[in-house]
Amino acid sequence: MSHRIDRLPAVVSRRQVMTGVAGLTLAIALDRNGSSDAAELAAGTYGASLSPWVTIAADGAISIMSPATEMGQGSMTSLPLILAEELDADWDKVRIVPVPVIEKLYGNPAFGGSITTAGSTAVTAYYDRLRIFGAQVRRVLLENAAREWRVPLEDLRTEPSVVVHKSSGRRLSYGEIAGFAEIPAVAPDIKPEQLKKTSEFRLIGKDVMRVDLPSKINGTATYSIDLQVPGMIYGAVLESPVEGATPEQFDESKVAAIAGVIATIRLPYGVGVLAETPWAAFAGKAAVERSVTWNRSGNAWGFNSDKGIEAFATAARDLGVPVTTDWFKQGDAAQALRDAATVIEADYRCDYAYHAQMEPLNAVAHVSPLGDAVELWCGTQSPTMAVDTAAKALGISREKVTLHYTLLGGGFGRRGHRDDDYIVHAVLLSKAAKRPVKMIWTREDDMHNGRLRPITAHYLRAGLDSTGQIVAWHQRLAGDRVIPYMDPIRYKFGGEKDTILMLGVELRSYDIANQYCGLIYRDTGVRTSPLRGIGYTANKFVTEAFLDEIAHKRGLDPVELRLVLLKNTPRGRAVVERVAQMANWGAKRPAGRALGCAFIDYADSLLAGVAEISVERVEGRIKVHNFWCTIDCGVPVQPDNVIAQTQSSLIYGMGLALTERISIKDGSVEQSNFYDYQVMRMNDVPDIHIEIVATDYHPTGAGQMATPLVAPAINNAFAALTGKRLRETPMTPDRVKKALS
Amino acid sequence: MATKFRINGQAVSSDAPTATPLLWVIREQLKLTGTKFGCGAGLCGACMVHLDGRRAFSCQTQLADVAGRAVTTIEGLSPNSSHPLQKAWLAERVPQCGYCQSGQIMSAADLLRQSSHPTRDEIVSHMSTNICRCGTYPRIVRAIERAVREG
Repeated sequence: MSHRIDRLPAVVSRRQVMTGVAGLTLAIALDRNGSSDAAELAAGTYGASLSPWVTIAADGAISIMSPATEMGQGSMTSLPLILAEELDADWDKVRIVPVPVIEKLYGNPAFGGSITTAGSTAVTAYYDRLRIFGAQVRRVLLENAAREWRVPLEDLRTEPSVVVHKSSGRRLSYGEIAGFAEIPAVAPDIKPEQLKKTSEFRLIGKDVMRVDLPSKINGTATYSIDLQVPGMIYGAVLESPVEGATPEQFDESKVAAIAGVIATIRLPYGVGVLAETPWAAFAGKAAVERSVTWNRSGNAWGFNSDKGIEAFATAARDLGVPVTTDWFKQGDAAQALRDAATVIEADYRCDYAYHAQMEPLNAVAHVSPLGDAVELWCGTQSPTMAVDTAAKALGISREKVTLHYTLLGGGFGRRGHRDDDYIVHAVLLSKAAKRPVKMIWTREDDMHNGRLRPITAHYLRAGLDSTGQIVAWHQRLAGDRVIPYMDPIRYKFGGEKDTILMLGVELRSYDIANQYCGLIYRDTGVRTSPLRGIGYTANKFVTEAFLDEIAHKRGLDPVELRLVLLKNTPRGRAVVERVAQMANWGAKRPAGRALGCAFIDYADSLLAGVAEISVERVEGRIKVHNFWCTIDCGVPVQPDNVIAQTQSSLIYGMGLALTERISIKDGSVEQSNFYDYQVMRMNDVPDIHIEIVATDYHPTGAGQMATPLVAPAINNAFAALTGKRLRETPMTPDRVKKALS
Repeated sequence: MATKFRINGQAVSSDAPTATPLLWVIREQLKLTGTKFGCGAGLCGACMVHLDGRRAFSCQTQLADVAGRAVTTIEGLSPNSSHPLQKAWLAERVPQCGYCQSGQIMSAADLLRQSSHPTRDEIVSHMSTNICRCGTYPRIVRAIERAVREG
């Protein structure tokens, strides 16, 4: 196996790369006289450069760029694999090269052309263009072989990394062709029908080893927290507990007295400690924490989430409180509600939650002595945003930022904000120190500085006609803002739509004509963020639980009701029908157990789930015994990885459903570490049974789609088992006990 | 005064204060970064190493505690990823982000030291010391069972 990830992106200046490059360009002529071209520089290799995405060396080695950062989701491997498929490359000869931060070449179409790995968009958004690029390069290789042999193009075919003359059997390897290839000025035109058919795929749909895996079993995988650079010292930061607050005073002498502490640095939003060692830096930070006082600037002071969510719920239910916007409207839900024979109503609430990626956030920065340039090492979901953040923190241009991005010890939406705090911390500390600094948060910092999944309160009403059909679906949602906080620029240019908060309220697949969701928009001042599953996690919990309530009230089987509502969505019916078969829905369960089901459509991926639970009534603990799940995400580019991501999403969703809860007191996060923020451990996890319902549709996301399935499936199982409805996530033991009392 | 101990078979010494967590000595002084910092409180297992052959949270082990003793980290588990658990981990494609996996493998190796044929319940009970936020638990179980089977 020759696969490997190349080193960190080669340091390539923009100017060098932009020379002659515009999108896919075969116009970068192969220059054998020494002056390297863009792709060679970017790939750090030599050979005939066919596009800024691919370099083929004379020895047959093929370098393919990957624009996805790797946080465990696997797309650093699956994106180059898509290109390799149409190129008909021998995968064993492929080397994967992380792209340099050049948005014009490598930007993600789903994120405004920035280089960003988020939203489970990578495969979906790059799929078509990577196939075209691969096919174009293959065509150029074929044309060169045809010229060399003086035969018609149609007489040639390819095998992995080889062009074959059909009648004579003559062969030219891609490497041999690269040695003499002439590259056309204009890329050949490839029509969609010239791409491979699904049945012709050799790589897509077949599992390959992810390139990062071999390094992840022996300790050699490198995350930014592992780096050391010459002359480096360590930094810790006590960030203000409330966004916007600044330090008033602290006992600097106590900090200075700690052996190894070099300096304390007053930052706009906290206090930094520079030290010779990480333990001295942490001890210094702890000393700051014991004496520091904060001014009370910032909006979240005085905010308590228990009372806050109560106020949200009151506002959602009180029709006299105006909505901020009509988020979603289809038909006339208000009128249909008035005309309905029966109206059913319900309230739900969802708490704040924290990402808990295993690698506490950190970065290494080396700011030049004049403060006019920086070299930055970090794990980020958005190299574009990391560069922007560092440039803004220093007041320099983007060109003066050299970013080396690394593997991420988990992302989950935490590492792609504008002005990401861990990057700002490292950069400002290095500027003050005039030396390279590795800034590391402790777990407590990571949690206290958490940017949280927002709180929401939901008031729903459904109108049924005299036959029991759902004719109106009406929701008022009170929620804490996310995008205006995490990325005000994206909010402004995205039409001021808080999709992170709101996606999932629409019932797109269900046959319900009149739907409405109004948003009662609140700004608590609490730090918020996208978190795996984004708004779908809260919003599909609510809609799928409410639908279950309607089924029970009407005496309908919950699976049956969903199948009826999915009459116009055959792919939705397929995943529901299959998961019901897998779970043996309808069969009698062991004593004390019950099933609950849920269906979701998430960014064009379709999933269904069934949970089998029991309840330990004294402790109030919900035990999940089995979880069955089906997913249709179109063409599964790497099926085993789709399964792995779905297992992962489900377990993440279980934590959010059952135990993970952040509470805010006087504006500050109350939890500190894994003892009071409990994530799923192996002994919490049920037997998980997943099937891919494979289709030929354009591939859609798989990295987080199952997360929102879990809470409603468990909630519905709980109602089936106990006759009681839990109205909040997480469904903690105290809430379970209260519901059963 | 320097603290002397052995790590992965090599004699080493550290001049860090003796109350320093072993984790940071391993990572920042000895530059063996396969052992990870996750919680600093013995709650997640990302820092798991072997101390005289038994698993230990290196974030909860002070430098003073290892004087004269033998520490093994993921880098010392095998010279070339050939430990049965490492082979099984790849065969089952366990890692996702990978950050916790050194600790998971070191915990699993300790389990197999104690029991050559652990039951499923023993695996789950033993491995619940280690958090994997990517939720690779089902594959960790399969990998341990494979390592037991294939040796």
